[in-house]
Amino acid sequence: MQQAKPKPGILDKRAEIIAGLQAILPERAVIGDNISLKPYETDGLSAYKQMPLAVVLPETEAHVVAIMKFCNLHGVRVIPRGAGTSLSGGALPMADAVVIGMMRMNKILDINYADRYAVVQPGVTNIAITQAVQDEQFFYAPDPSSQLACMIGGNVSMNSGGAHCLKYGVTANNLLGLRIVTIEGEILEIGGKQMDAAGYDWLGLITGSEGQLGILTEVTVRILRSPEGARAMLAGFASNEVAGQCVDAIISSGIIPVALEFMDKPAIHACEDFAHAGYPLDAEALLIIEVEGSETEQSEMLARIRDICAAYHPVSMRVSQTAEESAAIWKGRKGAFGAVGRISPDYLCMDGTIPTSELPNVLKRIQAMSDEYGLKVANIFHAGDGNLHPLIMFDANDAESFHKAEAFGADILKLCVEVGGCLTGEHGVGIEKRDLMSVQFTPSELDQQRRIKSAFDPAWLLNPSKVFPLSGLAAAE
Amino acid sequence: MQTNFTAAQLEKPEIAVANNILRTCVHCGMCTATCPTFVTIGDELDSPRGRIYLIKDMLENDRAASQEEVLHLDRCLSCLSCMTTCPSGVDYMHLVDHARVHVNETYQRPLTDRLLRGVLAQILPYPKRMRAALNLARLAKPFAFLLPGESMLIKRMRAMLNLAPAKMPAPQSLGGTVHKAIGRHNGRVALLAGCAQQAIGPSINTATIELLNRLGIEVVIPEAAGCCGALVHHMGRHDEALEAAKRNVNAWSDGAEYDAIIVNTSGCGTVLKDYGFMLRDDAMAAKAAAVSAKTMDISEYLLKIYEPTSVPPDITVAYHAACSLQHGQKITAAPKTLLRKAGFKVVEPKDPHLCCGSAGTYNIMQPDIAASLRRRKLDTLKAKSPDVIAAGNIGCLTQLAGDGIPTVHMVELLNWMAGGPKPAALNGV
Repeated sequence: MQQAKPKPGILDKRAEIIAGLQAILPERAVIGDNISLKPYETDGLSAYKQMPLAVVLPETEAHVVAIMKFCNLHGVRVIPRGAGTSLSGGALPMADAVVIGMMRMNKILDINYADRYAVVQPGVTNIAITQAVQDEQFFYAPDPSSQLACMIGGNVSMNSGGAHCLKYGVTANNLLGLRIVTIEGEILEIGGKQMDAAGYDWLGLITGSEGQLGILTEVTVRILRSPEGARAMLAGFASNEVAGQCVDAIISSGIIPVALEFMDKPAIHACEDFAHAGYPLDAEALLIIEVEGSETEQSEMLARIRDICAAYHPVSMRVSQTAEESAAIWKGRKGAFGAVGRISPDYLCMDGTIPTSELPNVLKRIQAMSDEYGLKVANIFHAGDGNLHPLIMFDANDAESFHKAEAFGADILKLCVEVGGCLTGEHGVGIEKRDLMSVQFTPSELDQQRRIKSAFDPAWLLNPSKVFPLSGLAAAE
Repeated sequence: MQTNFTAAQLEKPEIAVANNILRTCVHCGMCTATCPTFVTIGDELDSPRGRIYLIKDMLENDRAASQEEVLHLDRCLSCLSCMTTCPSGVDYMHLVDHARVHVNETYQRPLTDRLLRGVLAQILPYPKRMRAALNLARLAKPFAFLLPGESMLIKRMRAMLNLAPAKMPAPQSLGGTVHKAIGRHNGRVALLAGCAQQAIGPSINTATIELLNRLGIEVVIPEAAGCCGALVHHMGRHDEALEAAKRNVNAWSDGAEYDAIIVNTSGCGTVLKDYGFMLRDDAMAAKAAAVSAKTMDISEYLLKIYEPTSVPPDITVAYHAACSLQHGQKITAAPKTLLRKAGFKVVEPKDPHLCCGSAGTYNIMQPDIAASLRRRKLDTLKAKSPDVIAAGNIGCLTQLAGDGIPTVHMVELLNWMAGGPKPAALNGV
């Protein structure tokens, strides 16, 4: 993976830049020595590494404003970072950039149950929002698998999804307002505390902009009433294709389960080792189907789903009977990526979206590619949304294995585009899929997107090596 | 995760072990969320993933530990919450243990730091010295406010004085004693009497022995067994830790047959269960593994045999899960099941996975972080309006004491409901 060229003169002024940041921030808010910077050289996509110039850890919006003004004045690039769980390398540093870590801005500022919203700082973890409101029977709907650790600022920047987005939509559908600090250090209030915002859909623009338009300092999310109850069902199938056909049949029937998740055999085994959820170890593919509502609603929907599944000759079907059973089922699913660490030292987690009718075909072709490349693949994904997550297993201590994995990943994403889908589902483009953007978009479509970045950030200082092929950064400069 | 060790480096057994552990980590970052120091400080370097990365870089480059690495490794509580969270099964405990040995061998700490560590290592593992030190501390405690300044040393001195109990319990010396079962004979166990525990919490051992005897279990405390070695182990004082481990393994393998080796200080239990690994390359490896396999926390052992005999009072017990129990030994349900069986109403604080800040000598060495974690834990415990806080580890009980709610070891409550005396701490409840 090619890194952008450092800006002339910045590396030479490193000591000066660090001293300047120390002068405007509290003690231990600036990290500038090479030993301490090392753990910041990568994020959830650990195959890519780059040491940053420095790391700053602001505690307040005023700190963020000061950092942005300083970096803008000195022409220093800025890379925002939340929990560092990005699977597309969204927080990968640049040699001449300051990483701005938002994890100290982790306060919940306001909760309003009457109007159903919560105002939080960007460093609040996704799950902490639900934890803060669940005693009042509310929840925040988008639930990325890394929800325990990932932070809402990163969720907004990547427009994250999650298992339950089939019913509730992704981050963009659950946001009401944002505060961002521009590269000039100006504060913009976008959206508000209710649904409608006048004029352009600014909120939509900022959501998923991967830290390229400004730094988030406040996020207002919609919170929802918790359902009366929910139950998960496990259905095991004899092959990936049959399970894929079953997913399409469920969605086509008009049923919208709250979640419809897919795991193939390698994933089933790895997750069972971690979560002891009672997944069927003899099945080639497993669907986790969750329904919610009153007891009657749940039973009716489960009965219909069982009938549909039955037509695909499942090797096993089981409905969870207790809250503990459901918790174990979800623990396995949510920990799935990490759990693959039990069967392979490294993996690349791909993230593409396809029409659900293409599932059987695409899964078959991924398997063929896997044989061709000689690399194993585990499939764990949000099947209801057609959001694939093939995990390509490789050995990072073997350079050839890594290069093969990268090529295999690119082929999968190209396949997604070919069948009418998209390069990204919920992980963002980051550094990982930057060069594939030209497969998805025409040159003029890309140009128009770059002009939007330039309107917010004329000098391309904010996370500039991500999202677009590097030629975009070069042209802007 | 990728590692960069040379073939020559990998020939060293301890580097090979570290490499295998590092290769399990996929750098997903889940562990950060449940790490008490990351939650408190908000810096990747004070998270498990950050520490793993610091250790990786230090070992790969075969570099002496620097001030920065030591700062962040010292701040690790070894609560092992990260190991409960980790989906990939990264063996953080053995990695950080190894890193501490590396720090101890390659880093020269400032003089005051060295002296304090030396003093703690010379006092805490020895009940008599500990008792003498506590008596001195008790006398000095009223004057703690006179200690000038806010330097780390002064804060550590104050933290030490604050840990001294207001009243000194009667001395306890259990080494070499045998306590016969009452009425029936259902089994025979060895009990680790603990070191600091005999000095500051003798009622815990008394309650344990009484309860086991009444349940028909003979309790033996071999003369030769002593401190488990956890304290020096966590300081990276490898040789002293192994010496303690060997002494205990021998004491419990002298031919006497025990059904189990019982531990009622869960911090020690985690280390006993690790003797097999610690002595894996020693001639005693098999004996050590057998001792580890036989080690049981008192709550694990009681689960099958405990029977309450008294009518329970209307008391709400907040169960505080010691990290060594919930993360180190993965014992989560047994203590609560037992307390409920005894008839108590059991409540739990929010974020039960977070450490209270006790962590061996951590509350002395890292007084600021420990105080912040203590406050957080007490606030979440008190939010449940308990009459008493119960835990399975003396360190936690000392850390959480002195804030208006009595703290007792859960075995004292269980003994009370099985015919034993009401715990003294509960007088007035």
